Amino acid sequence: MTILMYVFLAIGAVFNGLGAVALHRFPDVYTRLHGATKCTTFGSIFSVLAVVVYGAMRGGPVGMNMVIRAALALVFLLLTNPTGSHALARAAHRAGIKPFKAVVDRLEEVGK
Amino acid sequence: MIVEISLAVAAAVLLAYVLVCALRLAIGPTVADRAVAVDTINTLIVAIMILVGAAFDLVVIMDVALVYALLSFVGTLYVARYLEEGLK
Amino acid sequence: MLACFARSLYTFRAVRRVAEVAATFAIAFSVYLVLTAFSGGIGLWSLEELIGGAVVSFLVALASRRLLWERGGWRLLNPIRWFVFLVYLLGPFLLAMAKANLDVAYRVITGRINPGIVRFNPGLRTDAGRTMLANSITLTPGTLTVEVDDETGDFYVHWINVRNVDPKPEEVCGAFPNWAKVVAE
Repeated sequence: MTILMYVFLAIGAVFNGLGAVALHRFPDVYTRLHGATKCTTFGSIFSVLAVVVYGAMRGGPVGMNMVIRAALALVFLLLTNPTGSHALARAAHRAGIKPFKAVVDRLEEVGK
Repeated sequence: MIVEISLAVAAAVLLAYVLVCALRLAIGPTVADRAVAVDTINTLIVAIMILVGAAFDLVVIMDVALVYALLSFVGTLYVARYLEEGLK
Repeated sequence: MLACFARSLYTFRAVRRVAEVAATFAIAFSVYLVLTAFSGGIGLWSLEELIGGAVVSFLVALASRRLLWERGGWRLLNPIRWFVFLVYLLGPFLLAMAKANLDVAYRVITGRINPGIVRFNPGLRTDAGRTMLANSITLTPGTLTVEVDDETGDFYVHWINVRNVDPKPEEVCGAFPNWAKVVAE
């Protein structure tokens, strides 16, 4: 169980770092959203899963409370993160930011 | 003991990533870039709060993290709305 | 005849409203109970938490029942759908998410991108199905939902590596529309 927790912590740290680096490596808003959303959601989910495992190992009322709260936080992250990034992408497109070096832009052609 | 320390170390690592994102928040050429950076930082902060709560045995911080997750989502939606239409 | 019809319509609406409030109350109260477990002696809860939670949940139910059950929300209360959703989350979705992260890692290291915004129509009709598919698309390899057309159901997706300018749904998101249909429609 302890080893499982360490593995989850390591995965979380690595992928969260990947998300932070992706913010600097990509050229425009949309590609940055790609990296930031996917990697931080995946990484945070594994960080929170590590806490779930820790609470289950600890046991007792405090440990179970930790498990409950971490699991709820996991659900919230999974629900709100992609929705927020979708809102940001749509707003950026409506504000007139063009995708960098786009091969095709169907949304621009519709004219919304 | 060592388990709690490892959780705290993971939280510290995520805090370093927050600084990296804050760099993008400072230099980001457009408003949308900054909004993306804030969104990323919010997600990281939720994970940090959960880890810190587990490391220092404070369930209260986890409650704060839950409320923070939902409120930061609402904040992101408002920033997106402002980007779309300007201040109204 | 007409008056009778009107009266039955009225009772139907009243029953429906009560059912909506009751369902919202049940959901809100169960979340409250989960969050305040291990607080006292009645079962796992103390009396104060039970009363306070019931009052707050009832107020929330009165305020938010309109938002939840408007367009086909009742279908989501089916436990079989929950089970399919769980299978989906732990199976194809988790796999696609892991693949998406490795894909981002590859692109961060090499910096090789070929982006564009493409359009396709997966043929979903309900809000819940569209939301589920849009979120799944955002978290899976190389795609990010930018806009969903409310009337036609067209998805506009930012694709980081465009292979086909006019793609079919399967090329962008695999079998996800079918899962969304089973779970939410």
